[in-house]
This record gives sequence, C-alpha cells and structure tokens, in this order.
Amino acid sequence: MNNISFFSILRFVILVLAQGLVLNHINFLGYINPYPYILFIALFPINNNRTLFIFLSFLLGLSVDFFTDSGGIHAAACVTIAYIRPPILKFSFGTIYDNQTIKFNQIEVGNRFLYFSIIAIIHHLILFSLEVFNISDIILILKKTLFSSIFTIILCIILSVLFSPKRK
Amino acid sequence: MQQIINFVIRNKTFLLFLLLFGLSLFFTIQSHDYHKSKFLNSANIVTGGLYKTTHGIGQYLNLKEENASLIEENRKLRTIIFNLDLDTLRISKVDSTLLGEHYRFTSADVFKNSYNLTNNYLTINKGTNDGIKQDYGVITSRGIVGIIENTSKNYATVLSVLSKNISINAQLKKTNNIGSLVWNGKSSEFVQLTDISKFAPVAIGDTIMTGGQSTIFPKGIMIGTIEDFSLDIGGDTYTINIRLFNDMTNIGHVYIIENLNATEIKSLQNQSNE
Repeated sequence: MNNISFFSILRFVILVLAQGLVLNHINFLGYINPYPYILFIALFPINNNRTLFIFLSFLLGLSVDFFTDSGGIHAAACVTIAYIRPPILKFSFGTIYDNQTIKFNQIEVGNRFLYFSIIAIIHHLILFSLEVFNISDIILILKKTLFSSIFTIILCIILSVLFSPKRK
Repeated sequence: MQQIINFVIRNKTFLLFLLLFGLSLFFTIQSHDYHKSKFLNSANIVTGGLYKTTHGIGQYLNLKEENASLIEENRKLRTIIFNLDLDTLRISKVDSTLLGEHYRFTSADVFKNSYNLTNNYLTINKGTNDGIKQDYGVITSRGIVGIIENTSKNYATVLSVLSKNISINAQLKKTNNIGSLVWNGKSSEFVQLTDISKFAPVAIGDTIMTGGQSTIFPKGIMIGTIEDFSLDIGGDTYTINIRLFNDMTNIGHVYIIENLNATEIKSLQNQSNE
C-alpha cells in the first residue's frame, strides 16, 4: 500500500514538472501542446477512496494552472474527468471493471487507446472551452481540442507502455 | 437534521466535485478580469524559482540571437548619439527630454513566455524588491510587450499584448489619430487597432506607436506596421490589422518602464472628473 502511494506521489510531481517546464512550451505549429499529465488521473489505482482521488485531481490541475497563469481551467477539467472516470472505465473495459480487479498494465492496447481517447477529449474540450471562454469561437475550441487530443493520446500511450512494469 | 446529514454523507463525492468545480470556475472567471487581485499566478516562489532554474539551463541556447539584437540596439543608440545635434526627426519618435526626467527603466530577463492561449502571460525576474509594481509598461528594444499584472518579491507576471483582456492607447505615427490596441486571439504576429476615425489617412505599411494618453507607456514606443484595414460595420471607424515589430514567440530581455509622474497625473484626472 505504501509502495503504491509513494509511486502516485512521484508520478504527480514528475508529471506536473514535465508539463509546466517542458510540454507547455512545445507550441507545435504555433498552438498545439500535449497535456499528458492527465495520465495521473487515468492510471490512479481504482480500488481507492474516491473523495481523495477527486481532491488530488483538483490539486494536480491547480499545480499546472500555477505554471500557465490560466486561472482554474486545468483544475476544472481535471476534477470533471476524475468525477466521471467510473462510467468511462465501465464503457472502455466492460466486464473486467465490474470485477474490480483491473490492472492497467494487463490491458490490451486497443482498450487502452479507447480509454485514453475518451478521457483526453473530454478533458481538452472543457479545458479549451474555459480558456477561450467565448461561445462564438466554437470552431477554434474544437480545432484546438482535436489537434491537442491527438498529440496527448499518442504521448499517453507511449508513456504508459514505456513506464509500465513488466508483464509476468 | 438527520436526513440532511445522511444526504451529505451519501452524496459526498458529488458535493465535493461540485465544490471543487465551482472553485476552479471562480478562479477562471477571476483570471478573465484584469486588475482583480488573484493568488493563482506564476510569480510565486515555487514556480518562479523553477522557471529561474530552467531559464539558467536554456539561456545558453540562444546567446547568438541575443547578442545580435543587443548589437543592433547599440548601433541604433550610437546613431542617435552621434547625430544628436543634426537629427530632428528623432524627437518625433521618442521624446528624449521626457524620457530622462519622467521615466525610469529597469531591465529584466524573461523566464517564461506563452503565446498560444487567449490571455498570455510572461514571467520575469524582477519584483517588488526591485521597485516593480502593477501597471508598469514592458517593452523590448524593438517595441511593445505588455503590462505588469502581478508581482511577488522577486518575480512578476506580464500581461502580454497577445491578450483579450488588454487595451492599450495607440496612434498613427504620421498623425495624431488615436485608437485602442486589442487582440483577436488568432495569430501571434498580428494585433488589432480599433476606433481609428474614418477620416484618418490610413495606408498599408504605416507605423503605429503608443499614444501618450495613458500613464503606462510614454508616447512613441513602436508597435508595428499596418498590414491591412477595413471599415467597421457602423462605417465610422477603421479596424486595422497590425504586424508587430516584436517576435512575440522569441523574447529574451525586456525593459520595464516606470512613469514617475503616474500618481500625480492620475490624481489630477480624478480631480477633474469630480
């Protein structure tokens, strides 16, 4: 148990630092940035205290907001995906989730891709809606959401494959 | 009473979600309001310190460009010095007699710069310890950058001209037609000048500079050149697309302008308003 919480804290810190200091400054084609720090929310252990989980997600978003001077947009997006994660898990993994014995490193790449995609798209949609904060710029919001999501999903898959423990 | 407590316990996850989501929305809405004091900014000891460390690593990578721009600035200043008695045009660019007495300049390094958001901020390495306060102007040798918004002891955040919250007094260089500088959020190369009278002689390629009507920037700080322009729907004013002199994606050193007469001017204006 201690081991798991230690790794969660380590993951939290590393992802926030990587996001704030490196990934926010990529600006591919001028405006496309990946936000793979949502891996923390996606890979958080499932059999756990939901209150704590939502609160940690809020802190995660707020830490990224401190780096970007953006008010509370990351925090809002993170809290939302943390709250609606159980239905997403059920949709992406089906019966495995019902048994409550899910282990992320044992899931097939196809399912994992679906799971990350849903989380990333919902997160980015909320993020960019709040950032642009103007309904008449809906095309801009959708454009940013689409391109950043692609970038985020690819990075999430690569990172989760690279850093997952070896399969037994 | 018992029922209320039971309700809270049963729905504690949902209530926590609502509370935290509401809190983040509050921060977001506050950040869209210039001048609302807020604690969520990168001018604090943790993020400021981290940006300082990474800046220390990254600054060697563009030393060449920095040198080139410093040499270019030196060349300009030398030209001004050696032509001091001959050149009368210079006075129209920057009123140097004003600059000497009424404005104080401080140099600073940019730790962090963003240009892809709706409201963009820079973080710089000078703060209240160096006498920096809210509403000081920020420029580079090539032109305008933004306005100081939040300060801590050693760091400050600058609201970039690439922000929907910003509105800066600006004018045509040839004539004194004034307007306000805004950003439509589309490209980091262009800003827009609105409210220019339709009787103004606007031509593509003309220079736009700051007007002296605000206490933030002195008159004559360069902004950019006119790329294209169109009449508003009302037909009374132009909206002008301006190509910035500054490359906002690549800003290393900046100067902060303090208007020493700002309080005097403001109190005078308040008196007249009363």
